[in-house]
Amino acid sequence: MATFNLNVNGKKQAVDVDPETPVLWVLRDHLDLVGTKFGCGMAQCGACTIHIDGTATRSCILPVSSVGDQKITTIEGLSEKGDHPVQKAWLEHDVPQCGYCQAGQIMSAAALLKENPTPTDEQIETAMNGNICRCGTYVRIKAAVKTASKNLNA
Amino acid sequence: MTAIKTSIGRRSFLKTSALAGGGMMLSFSWLAGCKPPDETVALPKEWFELNGYLKIGDNGLVTIMSPNPEIGQNVKTSMPMLVAEELDVDWKNVIVEQAPLNTTIFTRQLAGGSQSISQGWKSLRMAGATAKRMLREAAAKAWQVSVDEVTTEASMLYHKASGKSASYGEMASAAAKIEVPKEVELKNNSDFKIIGTSRNNVDGQKIVTGQPLFGLDYRKEGMLIAMIAHPPAFGMKLKSVDDSQARSMPGIKDVFTIKTYPEEYALQWCDVDSFPELVVVVGNTTWQVMNARKALKLEWEQFSDHELTSSTFWGSTVKIKVPGGLENSAQHAKVMAEFSAKGGNVVRKDGNPEAVFKKAAKVVERSYSAPFLAHNTMEPMNFFANVTDEMAELVGPIQTPEFMEKSVAAILNLPLEKIDIQMTRQGGGFGRRLYGHFLVEAALISKKIKAPVKLVYTREDDMSFGVYRPAYHALYRAALDENNNLIAFHVKAGGIPESPLFANRFPAGAVDNYLAESWTASSNISVGAFRAPASNFIAGAEQSFLDEVAEAAGKDPIQFRLDLLDRALNKPVGEKNDYEAKRLAGVLELVRSKSNWGLETPNIHRGVSAYFCHDSYVAHVIDLKVESGKPRVEKVHCAVDCGIVVNPIAATNLVEGGSVDGIGHAMYSGLTFTNGTPDQTNFNKYRLIRHKEAPKAIDVHFVESDVDPTGLGEPPFPPVIGALANALYKATGKRHYQQPYLGEGITLG
Repeated sequence: MATFNLNVNGKKQAVDVDPETPVLWVLRDHLDLVGTKFGCGMAQCGACTIHIDGTATRSCILPVSSVGDQKITTIEGLSEKGDHPVQKAWLEHDVPQCGYCQAGQIMSAAALLKENPTPTDEQIETAMNGNICRCGTYVRIKAAVKTASKNLNA
Repeated sequence: MTAIKTSIGRRSFLKTSALAGGGMMLSFSWLAGCKPPDETVALPKEWFELNGYLKIGDNGLVTIMSPNPEIGQNVKTSMPMLVAEELDVDWKNVIVEQAPLNTTIFTRQLAGGSQSISQGWKSLRMAGATAKRMLREAAAKAWQVSVDEVTTEASMLYHKASGKSASYGEMASAAAKIEVPKEVELKNNSDFKIIGTSRNNVDGQKIVTGQPLFGLDYRKEGMLIAMIAHPPAFGMKLKSVDDSQARSMPGIKDVFTIKTYPEEYALQWCDVDSFPELVVVVGNTTWQVMNARKALKLEWEQFSDHELTSSTFWGSTVKIKVPGGLENSAQHAKVMAEFSAKGGNVVRKDGNPEAVFKKAAKVVERSYSAPFLAHNTMEPMNFFANVTDEMAELVGPIQTPEFMEKSVAAILNLPLEKIDIQMTRQGGGFGRRLYGHFLVEAALISKKIKAPVKLVYTREDDMSFGVYRPAYHALYRAALDENNNLIAFHVKAGGIPESPLFANRFPAGAVDNYLAESWTASSNISVGAFRAPASNFIAGAEQSFLDEVAEAAGKDPIQFRLDLLDRALNKPVGEKNDYEAKRLAGVLELVRSKSNWGLETPNIHRGVSAYFCHDSYVAHVIDLKVESGKPRVEKVHCAVDCGIVVNPIAATNLVEGGSVDGIGHAMYSGLTFTNGTPDQTNFNKYRLIRHKEAPKAIDVHFVESDVDPTGLGEPPFPPVIGALANALYKATGKRHYQQPYLGEGITLG
């Protein structure tokens, strides 16, 4: 066990855990931030996507000891009022079916648009390819990313 | 208007509210997943309960209970819409709350068979109509006018002649004292204001902001985490446990074994007995328990042939033979070929098919197969349990709370009323969560450890302790005469361990000489319903085959099907045909026109398919392109007849999703076994369709209909597989007979 001082959604958080503990479980079990989802535990499905200093990262294989003072952003901290352009676009397109993968999808999309505010269809597909949706909402996700891109650049 | 007898009484409701008590409060804070009402409307000071389905606040806010489990089929929005419609409430003032499990008020609290909307169509509207009638009576009493003169619109009551009006909130208190009417009138379809309009997902805001909604998100003070270790292979059972190292690891509270079903327990259809004894690790955090489980030293041994007795969904009792041994996919393929070569059980026979096959000018014969599939709900199996000597509190994702309540009551030896199952939003269902062994396991673990506990499956647990879609095989034969008329049709279908045959579906009824045979081969691998059970294979096989027969007959594949349907409509063969030929033809005609069928576009390869299941009709046309040697669906054109469409935006989403899901599974997915062990246990090996492989566009068209709504969660899945196979043939010149198609090593020109 060791103490780690994390910067989560702009807030300093100290946790006392095994250094190998993936950030996903630190968030879910220790910080009660359960918006970041467990899907596969091996960075294959993207449900656990968070931002580390703004970059989309799979939290299920990221040991807490590797984070240091980098900024962790989770779905709960993506926007203060739940009104990030990506979140708004998701609602406008009524994207979710079961909804379980959508936090990860949104975090991947938000990171993409930060890097590339006007992605092409191919760039969207490439950036989002690590996020699986068993309900099959891919077509809507792409449309929502485009809407968010449009609104970001308006 | 349609007058129907109400089955809603205040007595049954009062009983419920007393019983629910603290559970209701809990459901508010944890499970409600309310649609936030219009921000300007504050929560009411007081709620008035008009019946078990709804309560009205003094300020006009209305809480509508959504009775059924939400697995992504959007019933949590569309079912309350039915109540709101008849109540004549303004949707923006509606809060939706997940109802508790209560079979005295709600009927069929189950997610399965695409039946929620069709089975709730009358009861939910009746609940709204009953409350509206009570509000009108209260207003009539207050205004001293006849109730017939009191009208309603958007949460308001009016008396035109006197100019009097009142809001629902103002009349709620008085309405709650009105006797529940014995009969109410339901609206004519033409008067619908909410049904047929698009309403966004009531949980949307919570989903996109990561609020706790799902079973895995649930937590309670003092809660421990549990994981199970199950045999590494089907056909094995526990031999010995060495937990000395695991026990001493940080955060670990206990390690023990559980037997899920007691000796004398009578299995239900939704119980799963493939791994009857499990090793349990309980500790403080998920990561600690995961690590301790890895440190278990477990020995397993093979079990021998045995027989299980189980009740079916319909209540009858069946004996199931469970063979011993460790099974392999190569052996499964051999078994299926052997069974297919033998005669099966004749399920339906029209005319004299064998004689006609002998004299046919042309015979087309093809075999199709598909592997086991794992459900892979994105949220792995999990359940919370807090079991004491007096009662059991169970919270989590389950499609069959009514049935599992019975299982867990019998296993814990507690009366039914001491079992409190609360439904969370579910990260996918697809049939997997019909089978609630994980709920029972959680209950037994909590009972043993005497603490609240959340059982968590990893993806590997989930995929290797599955209740899989069976492996299937179908042999088809078609006989054509010298004029290329289809004169005989033969299907022989079976599976491990269930058959996918629907003997009375199309083309039964359209061919004079018809033979349908079925077979099954036993297995110790647990199987169950998977989105559109059996249809999810047989539709693709049949629709691929019909495409090939149409080609052999030199006919356009849509016209070929329409000609057969014309026969089934006007001069049907036999009396037991499950489908309506006219509606099946209707979706084919609609997709033909919407897709501009017949229009040739360079590099676009098209396939068509149509199928009937879950009382609905769906036809697909797929436009496929080959890009850098890989097939990619450019566009899916889809025509659907599911009767009245309650919520178009969600219905469209469901059809899009079902189409993507069907394409994905046919193209990429499959679970194989080596010595009883699944070869794929996570997404590195088990392929699900991803963004880059998804169709670029999907056009959904609904047949305008006045028919009561039918299923939608499942029907779009099966037919798209046939359209995909047929489009792949056009693109590659090669027919595809084995799923997943990608595994066949598609060669592209």
